[in-house]
This record gives sequence, C-alpha cells and structure tokens, in this order.
Amino acid sequence: MIKFSDEQLKQVQELVARYPEGKQKSALIPLLHMAQDTRGGWLSAETMDEVASLLQLEPIEVYEVATFYSMFNLQPVGKHVFEVCQTGPCMLNGSDRIIAHIKKRLGIGVSETTPDGLFTLKTVECLGACGYAPMMQYGITYREHLTEEKVDAIIEECKRDNHG
Amino acid sequence: MAEVKTVKVTIDNITVEVPQGTSILQAARMIGGDVVPPAMCYYSKLEGSGGKCRTCLVEVSKGSEADPRPMPKLVASCRTGVMDGMEVRNITSDRVKDARNGVVEFLLLNHPLDCPICDQAGECHLQDLGYEHGKEATRYEFKRRTFEKHDLGPYIQLHMTRCILCYRCVYTADQLTEKRVHGVLSRGDYAEIATYIEKSLDNNFIGNVIDVCPVGALTDKTFRFKNRVWFTKPVTAHRDCSSCCGKVTLWQRGEEVLRVTARKDQWGEVEEWICNVCRFDKKKTSDWTIEGPSHVSRHSVISQGHYEHLVQPKETFTAVHDGRHPQLLMDIHSVSEVNDKTAKTKS
Amino acid sequence: MAKKLLLEKAHVEGIRYFDVYRREGGYASVEKALKMEPAAIVEEVKKSGLRGRGGAGFPSGMKWSFLAKPEGVPRYLVCNADESEPGTFKDRYLMEFIPHLLIEGLIVSSFALGSNRTYIYIRGEYAWIVAILEQAIAEAKQNGFLGKNILGTGFDCEIYVQRGAGAYICGEETALIESLEGKRGNPRIKPPFPAVKGLWDCPTVVNNVETLAAVVPIINMGGEEYAKIGVGRSTGTKLISACGNINKPGVYEIDMTISVEEFIYSDEYCGGIPNGKRLKACIPGGSSVPILPANLLLTTAKGETRYMNYESLADGGFTTGSMMGSGGFIVLDEDQCVVKHTLTLARFYRHESCGQCSPCREGTGWMEKILMKLENGKGEMSDIDLLWDIQRKIEGNTICPLGDAAAWPVAAAIRHFRDEFEWHVNNPEVCTTQNYGLAHYADPIHVPA
Repeated sequence: MIKFSDEQLKQVQELVARYPEGKQKSALIPLLHMAQDTRGGWLSAETMDEVASLLQLEPIEVYEVATFYSMFNLQPVGKHVFEVCQTGPCMLNGSDRIIAHIKKRLGIGVSETTPDGLFTLKTVECLGACGYAPMMQYGITYREHLTEEKVDAIIEECKRDNHG
Repeated sequence: MAEVKTVKVTIDNITVEVPQGTSILQAARMIGGDVVPPAMCYYSKLEGSGGKCRTCLVEVSKGSEADPRPMPKLVASCRTGVMDGMEVRNITSDRVKDARNGVVEFLLLNHPLDCPICDQAGECHLQDLGYEHGKEATRYEFKRRTFEKHDLGPYIQLHMTRCILCYRCVYTADQLTEKRVHGVLSRGDYAEIATYIEKSLDNNFIGNVIDVCPVGALTDKTFRFKNRVWFTKPVTAHRDCSSCCGKVTLWQRGEEVLRVTARKDQWGEVEEWICNVCRFDKKKTSDWTIEGPSHVSRHSVISQGHYEHLVQPKETFTAVHDGRHPQLLMDIHSVSEVNDKTAKTKS
Repeated sequence: MAKKLLLEKAHVEGIRYFDVYRREGGYASVEKALKMEPAAIVEEVKKSGLRGRGGAGFPSGMKWSFLAKPEGVPRYLVCNADESEPGTFKDRYLMEFIPHLLIEGLIVSSFALGSNRTYIYIRGEYAWIVAILEQAIAEAKQNGFLGKNILGTGFDCEIYVQRGAGAYICGEETALIESLEGKRGNPRIKPPFPAVKGLWDCPTVVNNVETLAAVVPIINMGGEEYAKIGVGRSTGTKLISACGNINKPGVYEIDMTISVEEFIYSDEYCGGIPNGKRLKACIPGGSSVPILPANLLLTTAKGETRYMNYESLADGGFTTGSMMGSGGFIVLDEDQCVVKHTLTLARFYRHESCGQCSPCREGTGWMEKILMKLENGKGEMSDIDLLWDIQRKIEGNTICPLGDAAAWPVAAAIRHFRDEFEWHVNNPEVCTTQNYGLAHYADPIHVPA
C-alpha cells in the first residue's frame, strides 16, 4: 500500500492545527485534494482508507464526502484532464463548438480517456469564468477565451510536456 | 424538579397543550387522527432525522401569540417547534394539499412500483402515502433510475431502486452501532445508499435498519419471498435476551415463525430496538414466550382475515371515517384475490 | 465616472503585495476599527445600509447583530468565496487583483464579531487564488495585522483558506459550514440559524467576499457617508460581472444609480452587443433570477427607466421584474435560443442538487429531461404546462434556496418566452437547426439604422 511521505504527514499536521481540537474531520477535503494531486489525479479506495485512518474517521465517512464533490475523480484519469464548462454563459459563447472540436481532435467522447492515457475530456458546470468564455480548467489554472486554434495549441503543449 | 412549561398550539382548528420544544408533528400526533401529517423520513427515535422528504409540510397561519405573522413558506412540521398560540393548517390548507401531492409525485417518480413482488407491500409507508395522496397515473414518461441489488452481508438485502433517501438507516447505524459501514454516496439524483466497496453489515443491532426503512429498499433476507405479510399473523412475544430488550413481534403462518421484527407503535415506529440474534436466529415458536396477537389497525391490509374470532365491523366505511368519504382511490378487494375471504380458510 | 470604493486601486502595479497596498492607504480601517468598540463597528455597518452581496441582499449589519454571544463559546466568521452562480465571477476578480482588501475587511469584521479563527471557504476550482490569498495573509501577519495581539490591542486573529471541491450547493451558508466541517455539502434544516448554531455548533456569521470587502470603505468613511452613495436602500457600490453577448465582458463597480440601458450600451461598461446584433434578453443577477426580455429589461412594465439597483431591478415582482441577485449579468443577443439556454441552466441545477430533499432531487432532473425534449423538437404543448407545474411544486418546498433557484429560471422563461417554447413544439424539424430569433422581444430603443 502507498503511504503518505513524511513531508506530506507534516502538512497534514499543519492542516489539522487550523481547526479546534477534535475537529480534524475538517481537514478531510484538503487532504483528499492533496492525495489526488500526488497520486495520479484520482482517489482509489486504498487511498481513501488511508486518509480515513489518518484523520481517525470511518472509511464510509470519506467515501461519502469524496463521492459528493465533483472535483474528486474516483476512477483513473488521463495525464492531462480538460474540463470544459458548458453552462449558460459559456454556451452563449460557443462552448458546444469547443467540446466538439476536442472530441474530434482527441477521438474520444466526454468522460473518456485516450488509449495512450494522455488525455481525459470532461464537461463541467459553471466554473466562475463567465466573462472569459468559452473556457476550461486544465490543471490548477483556467484556459479562457478558447478558440479551436487555442485548443490545438494546448494539446500540442501537453504532448511536448510529455516528451520533455 | 423544574416544571415543564407548556404551550398551546392549534392544528386544523383543534387546540392542544404540549410541552415547550415539541415539534408541530409531535403535537399533531398527540391530537391524533387525520390532522397528523404523514412522515416518510422523520423518526422520533432517531436524533437528527426528518426535514428531508417534505411530505409533512404544513402551513403556519399564525406564528405565535407574541408574533402572529404567518410563516411565508410551508414548513416541515417534523422539524419546526411549536410556539405558544401558534396556528397550523394541515388538511384544512389547500396549499398544503397541493404541495403534498407534488411531494408524493416526486417520491414516486423514480420508484419502481413493483409492489406485487416487493416484500414491503402491505406495510409500506410509500404505498399508503400513494393511496392517500397520489394520482392514478404518472406524468413521468422517462426511464426510471435503477440500481443493482446488493447483499449487505448475510441478513440484509439492499434494493436501492426502491429507496427514497430518507437517511433513516444511516442514522440508525450511527446511533445504534459503533462503526457505520454504509452511507449516502454521490449526490443529487445519483445519490444512493451504499457501502462503496463490498462490505458486510454485521453489527448485532444493524438489523434494525430493516424496520426503519419506510419502503422495501432494505429487506430481511431470512424472510424474502417466503410470504406476503398479510398472510402472516403478528404475535407479540418476548424472550430473555442478553443484548436487547427481547420484545418482538413474531410473524407466523400456522405454527411457523417466518419473521421476527421489533414491535411498532401506531406511527409505524419501532418501540424498542432488537438485536440480530432475536431477529434472525430465533425462528422457533419455542424460542419465545407468546403474549398474544398483536394489535393491527383495522385499516391495514395486514388485519385482513387473521383472527380466529374476527367480528365483521358493523359500522359502514363512512362511519369508521367519521363521516368522511374514503380516501382510497382503488378498492384493494376488487383487484387482488389474496384478500378474498375464502382464501384464508387453511390454518 | 462612477465612484469606486473597492476596485479603485485594483489595477495599481503590485497592489497584490502588502507594501504597495499599504502605501496606497491599505489597512487604515484596521487601525481605526481596533480602537473602536466592536458594537460600534456593527453600528457603522448597520448605518451604511450594506446588503449582502452574495445574492440574497439581506442587510449585513442586521445579520451581524443576530450573532449570539454566549459566555465561553467561540464565535466564527466565515467568508463565503464559493462563488458558483452562473454569470458571477466578481469575487474571483476582487481576490485575484486586490486580495489585501478582502483580508483587511476580514480583520475588521473578525474584530467586530469576536472571531479569533476566521475561515475563507473558496470554491475548489479557484485553486490558484488560494496561493494569492495565503500570500496576502502571510504578509499581513508579518506586518502585525494578523496573529497574536494585533497592533498591540490584545486581539488575536488567524485567517485560514479552505478549498471546496466542486459543489455549487456549498455557497448556501449551512452547506458551506457542513463542508468546512469535512462533510457532504447538505444544507442544514433551519432553524437553528448559523448565528446561533453554526460552525461546530458555535455562533457563526457567513458573509460573501464583496460584503466583507465593503466593510473597509464603510469604516474608513463612516456608515453614514457610505449610505449617501447609491439610491434608497441600494447603498454603496456593487460589483457587476457582465458576460454573454456583449462587447466588453468583465467586472464593473457601479454605484447603483446608472440605468440598465447605460450599463449595457455605454462604452464605459458592456459596450453594447457585438456584431451589430440586437439585444433579446438578459438575466441581470445570476442564473437563478428571472430572465427578462429586452423590453421589460430597459424599462419597467410601467414604462419607467430601469436602474441597476436592488429596488428597480425587482420592480414588478416576478411578473415583470427580476432581481439584483449576485450581480451576474448575462446578456443574450438575437441569435440565442431561450429554450436551449434554460436547458443548460436546468442541467446545472440538476447537477448541483445535493439530493437531500425530494422536490429538488427528483424535480430538477425531471425539468431537465422535459427541456431536453423541447429543445430537440420532441416536445408537446402539454410539456410546457407540465414544466410550469413542476417548477411550481419545487419552489418554496425545499430545504434550501437551491429549489427556488432551479425553479425561477424555468418559470421566467415560460412566463416571458412562451411563444418560443410553442414554436419549438410546432416546428420540430426546424427548431434543431434554426432559432426562433428576436420576435417581439427586441430592445425597442436601440434599433440599428
């Protein structure tokens, strides 16, 4: 079983210290973020069980939370995850076109991963970037004012990243 | 001892004096009869339950003596405390009836309506609610949500497709057992009761989730498909049990004990929790001291033709209902031969 | 140029850093407030007439005065930075460009409310803003504005940033509290309200980012002066995030005396509709408030000019008016289909329903499915009435306002654009490739030459 590193365990201690004594459950969501970010972008049952024992919770308490929030992936995802917004304001500015373009370029459907494991396409609901639509989340940042050309450039950038 | 302060509350024009802190629903139950709002998620023995299903919504037409303003929205009577001088409208409010019809429709939207093959049929709160408030046809034309059946260990089967997400089983596990292994996963209309990874529910008190489930989502595997509840005869019994009260209802067919449940009160709530040993392992009449037949409301399908010396009620149906017309939309006797009097002779 | 109180300095080079912010007059309100009695600060906020900027518009001073103060029990201030209402991105802008303004407002507010541990709950997707805020907090702490014994007054305060993980519902204050406690974002059943029983069952105030930032100018200039800005009960300035089919989408600070027409067409704000198109409709306050056709947007039903403030936007109630809401201003031009737009919003609310109570869990998905049918030319006339009936049975009957938020856009779309829905039913082939167009919804004032 994978274990958190000493460095990470220290971060957990710092996180828990943000809350009053006995309220360490509050550190659950930050901890799940940390786990997902450092373990291939998704949360396995083993990871969640480990988080549960770190915070002295029952595993079900962790599953309940992890399945509630849309940012937590409970299945493996590609190395680069494109999360394209499709809600009202983005739709008004052509998000349908962007999604169709990515599907065509990568040859995958929504919620699918390319066979090489490089890309996953997800559609998401409003990310709070309506003035910069259409947009998507890629990694921890937003890519905004998307066009077909911009999307192509991002895909190339990812591929280069992978070779570099 | 400090005297408990009481307050006066009027529900559908009936005034009752109740201890301060009582909920509207509990106050209505003290009055009894038709003014009691139906409750699908609230359970008086489970702390924190209620507020979710919205079937018990009522109108508060006067907030209190001190602040007589009406409450703008309908409120969940199970989670709203009474105030002195409060006036509540339940069946006398058209707003309430309209909202409740809506809630019943929402609850039935994705419910499979597989009553003919559901073990809960005959003692299902959703079935009762549907008869009383539902329409004869659905306006929903889309595919209903379905889930695979799951065995939660050797005794309990989860049929999530029937679940109305009342959360009672979650509270039960939280409050009766030291380690909860099932819960509510995902969200919105994907939300489900589950264990996430295959796990068995084996705490000695976990069997109580079957009794609190208002529908047939959690059923007793030792009883599944053995019989229909209305063929079985409920008998009050007890035994000396080292882990629980040992006070149960046995559901018999002839001398055979087909099922053991906790005893339930007139609101369908468990009176005292029982352990798995009593529930699942003690299936012989000789395991128990029989106290006598259990009281079953005459309105329940379970009361049909159980008792040796059954006396046909002399009152008319309307008289039983205090002059009101029956609310049943469908005459059970006409559609099911299982209620045919001639079919019960074997015993 | 309208007076700016929040974003005046937002574009000063380096304002994200403490030194520049301080040089520009930052943290003066902390120095002033910490010499005041906490109750006097609450009084100033009351006098200012500030209303919650998250959407509900509840008077902030009044909300603060409800906070219970039992002996020996900690109290908490929580900043709601879970901005998720479609069309709204003003808090993000404020935090990204001028983070110290929020931190400053938080210190003053924490002192006023007696919160020694204050949390900023930020939506999980705003991941990079967490770093910006934590940097600002660290700088404030280094300079003695946070931590132990702030400015030698004996007041201790720490601010922590907590990230959510993708759930619109956590913008509802009790769901936010649940999430901050490490649970699913299920809204609580009220009462009790957070002011009595909130975070970890302690008295808690939850305020929006913009609301807390507005406390800074209120303390600096005094509540009465602040109340002089704006009009009537719409005091101070409001951040509007404008998006959709406009030339200049972005965040604008307005003083609530300008007209809707000026806001859309003036070059200082939205700069009009791109590509010579005409205005068809607008959702003026975030996706949950009623959509208005152009003719009811620019003028009220009585024919009076409509202004960008709480009262004027709500003029006519839900029959012919809308709401200021969160200030998420979404503009639709003549090429847009109201049915499709409503469908994306219905999908959004279905996706974001927590699933706890039955009307919202079941009703939102049902509405989405019917709208999908109508959008794809498979709808029947009876579907429109059914849709109306479903939204009516959700509204007001749920645990939290998400039910209302899901019902209102559908209701308003049918109320004002019923003929567009009917056109979809009557033209099943055409409606999947063409749009109903402008019809009689056009802006009557700005007719292209």
